[in-house]
Amino acid sequence: MSIDQSKIRNFCIIAHIDHGKSTLADRIIEKTGLLTSREMQAQVLDNMELERERGITIKAQTVRIVYKANDGEEYIFNLIDTPGHVDFNYEVSRSLAACEGAVLIVDAAQGIEAQTLANCYLAIDHNLEIMPVINKIDLPSADPDRVINEIEDIIGIEAQDAPRISAKMGLNIEEVLEQIVSKIPAPKGDKNASLQALIFDSLYDSYKGVIIFCRVMEGTVKRGTPIQMMATKAKAEVVEVGIFGAGQFIPCDELSAGMVGYITASLKNVKDTRVGDTVTSSENPCKEPLPGYKKVNPMVYCGMYPADGAKYPDLRDALEKLQLNDAALQFEAETSIALGFGFRCGFLGLLHLEIIQERLEREYNLDIVTTAPGVIYKVYKTDNSVIELTNPSNLPDPSEIAYMEEPMVSAEIMVTTEFVGPIMQLCQERRGVYLGMEYMEETRALLKYDLPLNEIIYDFFDALKSRSKGYASFDYEMKGYERSELVKLDILINKEEVDALSFIVHAETAYERGRKMCEKLKDEIPRQLFEIPIQAAIGSKVIARETVKAMRKDVLAKCYGGDISRKRKLLEKQKEGKKRMRQVGNVEIPQKAFMSVLKLDDK
Amino acid sequence: MINKEPAVKGISELSYEKSNPRMVEHDRTKKDLGIYIHIPFCERKCNYCDFLSAPADDTVKEKYVSALRNEIRSYQGLANQYNVRTIYIGGGTPSSIHEDYITSILSDLYHIFEIKKKEELEITIEANPGTLTKHKLLSYKDAGINRLSIGLQSANNEELKLLGRIHTFEEFVANYNLARKVGFDNINIDVISSLPNQTEQAYLDSLMKVVALNPEHISSYSLIIEEGTLFEKFYGEGSEHSKELPSEDVDRTIYEDTKTVLKEYGYERYEISNYAKVGFESKHNSSYWTRTEYLGIGLGASSLIGDARYHNENNLNQYIDCVSNQESLRREEEKLSGNNQMEEFMFLGLRMCRGISKKRFCEVFEKDIQEVYGSILTKLLDEKLIMEQEDYICLTERGLDLSNYVFSEFLLDEESE
Repeated sequence: MSIDQSKIRNFCIIAHIDHGKSTLADRIIEKTGLLTSREMQAQVLDNMELERERGITIKAQTVRIVYKANDGEEYIFNLIDTPGHVDFNYEVSRSLAACEGAVLIVDAAQGIEAQTLANCYLAIDHNLEIMPVINKIDLPSADPDRVINEIEDIIGIEAQDAPRISAKMGLNIEEVLEQIVSKIPAPKGDKNASLQALIFDSLYDSYKGVIIFCRVMEGTVKRGTPIQMMATKAKAEVVEVGIFGAGQFIPCDELSAGMVGYITASLKNVKDTRVGDTVTSSENPCKEPLPGYKKVNPMVYCGMYPADGAKYPDLRDALEKLQLNDAALQFEAETSIALGFGFRCGFLGLLHLEIIQERLEREYNLDIVTTAPGVIYKVYKTDNSVIELTNPSNLPDPSEIAYMEEPMVSAEIMVTTEFVGPIMQLCQERRGVYLGMEYMEETRALLKYDLPLNEIIYDFFDALKSRSKGYASFDYEMKGYERSELVKLDILINKEEVDALSFIVHAETAYERGRKMCEKLKDEIPRQLFEIPIQAAIGSKVIARETVKAMRKDVLAKCYGGDISRKRKLLEKQKEGKKRMRQVGNVEIPQKAFMSVLKLDDK
Repeated sequence: MINKEPAVKGISELSYEKSNPRMVEHDRTKKDLGIYIHIPFCERKCNYCDFLSAPADDTVKEKYVSALRNEIRSYQGLANQYNVRTIYIGGGTPSSIHEDYITSILSDLYHIFEIKKKEELEITIEANPGTLTKHKLLSYKDAGINRLSIGLQSANNEELKLLGRIHTFEEFVANYNLARKVGFDNINIDVISSLPNQTEQAYLDSLMKVVALNPEHISSYSLIIEEGTLFEKFYGEGSEHSKELPSEDVDRTIYEDTKTVLKEYGYERYEISNYAKVGFESKHNSSYWTRTEYLGIGLGASSLIGDARYHNENNLNQYIDCVSNQESLRREEEKLSGNNQMEEFMFLGLRMCRGISKKRFCEVFEKDIQEVYGSILTKLLDEKLIMEQEDYICLTERGLDLSNYVFSEFLLDEESE
């Protein structure tokens, strides 16, 4: 059974966060009849519990559906859902490379946002046909005509016949489907050429091993084909190929040029099947790999420790399992005086970090303490050696340091003009270097800044949102390293240095940070039997101080009419609470104190 | 402050001292027992109250009392193993039901537990000012009740209103004087401190008005915001009005004031929240701290029988229905392990100002206290939260303030079973 290439449409949906990407995906799946309305759980594509809860897509999801068009023909749609966050930009670009077209959703009220543009340019870079769709026309504030003009002016693509829909209400979805057929080109490629397939995602399944999500560009792959990954060199024999049903894998005979599907080949580790790599036949390899592969490296590091020290092996197991599915996650063992045994973990960004942390807590039932996230600093020593520093505790003695460098990003911030002032002030506070501003239209501006990565990994996004009443959006890319005046800020609790709270900071902002951390810790550390000084110090110089006063009262006056069990339960709870504290010297520090300093929100 | 000579003796210890003149002749093979009777009715639920209690109509009250009397009768088999030493009728507001019910409940108890000299027992009833009449008081007296515990809570009418109490201070005074006239010579008055917006001076005014009445016993609790109460909604953590609660510092000052003032007027603190004139310490409550066995009868009442703790059914209708079979009433029965008993010995015993006896610990558990708690005792002594006075270990002033912290230290890890 051969599939007519001209009846295949491979596309993705791109949108600014919250403009309705997942909702439209749901409607398309619903309208094509693969699922009944009753089977539809809201947002079927986001299948991780966490994704659904946060309303974001973390891993690329793909579904194959069959659509009977008005011309009477049946078309195969491969909808490749892309991750919606800057941390996963690379994954987005690989997903796009697997498509011929992109459905661009724009919110009829909000119009074009920073991410709309970023994703759209990314799609144009991949030579995709862009098919605009105006969503949320049911909103009272919807102004589709203005938005259509905006698309034509800013992006420069024809948009007059863009479907005006409400994905939420299921309005005009048919029109979207018809335009997918008429506007998005069918794939090309020779099914008899040597195999060349793009990996755009992979996941680990305990029964099938690694499942490669791929788009076949040239050639054919079927059971028994000996395959090789061109970048990682991993080899295997294909066990099964198939296509994506809604939430299930449906085996088929072969995948040929133009098709999107999966391959299983008893590979044991997703590290072997990196996103962006090319699958080819080891017997008849293609000449060149597909362009665009790069190994993604972690940008943000932090320590992760089990709240209960005895759970250290469990944490290791859990991280290993997560890594099976997440090649970007890195970890290695480390120890902290305050937190015991744990791991230094590397992530693509702060969202990636938060997601891993939540998955550890939810899926593996582990309580995790994380230390302040940091970036990789380059430490140039006086002996001419260079250290890539991921853990502040490993910073050499200042006398051995010639100078240090920190990673920078180029950031673009889209904001309505009324908030340009506050946002510029924020960037200034975060050591931003102003590069320029462009007016996109009368009410909107695009600010360009170079910012140190370590200034944006904490709470920059939150601060941006709060200072722009939610109107600003933000995108960045890495720009390389720059020399910087960096110092290590230490926190002393009751005169003892707490290694897990140390971090690297720019000399100029050290005072401010130190003061805020002390204030925050003062609120988080419960009163104890004695007075506890909390100090921030650079080297031996104390730059800020707060005091936790001694506890005065901890008494349960009432006798509860002989209900001693109730009393016991209260005492047990208290003892349990104490167990969850970390003993540093003779001070008990609650787990959440370590985390609270991550968010030193200012305004 | 802390007596060199322990002033209070828990009843279970009294029974070990043959020479005590107050002792009655009784069968040495029998164990001491306290009885608690729960009356879960009140005129109106107070805003801070989380006890098992609610207003009810007369039919429900009647059904309840008859169910309760059935429960009493069902203890026939158990009764002959015990000498009843105290009876405590609590609530709710026991004085809100008809006095004849109280009389019949007590006479059932006397009958089933073969109590012959009721005047040798401490028999307490809790009463709400505003619910007492001369007739009621006389009837209580005839029934054998010899101790009254009146919940005043505050002598300030504004504060009473805030608490949701049904009475004024003046009504209380009238009731109190009536009780004296009728002949009650052992009266406790409950007061609550650290009320919203309460100043040190306002509390002291309240306390002085109470002292002026010269009761034998005063309980002074600081307000606890309990889950599920109206107060929680209003003053609970994070709520708009939570700032109206006095600060920890004011609360502690109030506590210290209470002790100083009451001492001046002849009241000794003998437990964290309890003050009494010499010889008028509550025997029933003390029996909780000394781990004397007690039987809770009625809705939701807690018991310690043998080495098991349990409480009765909490649902009123269920209670009324299934009371014919008292076994089926028991909920959350928990057999106390050896460790549990040692823990209780410590965290209950230390509530009393005279503390716990090391010798007694050894007698009960056949283990030296140092063997079990050596390192913890050393640590707490270092922290000046406890002190040793010959055979006794007791909380220091600071330890009293931080008693939960101290008590939780005595919980043993399960592994060490």
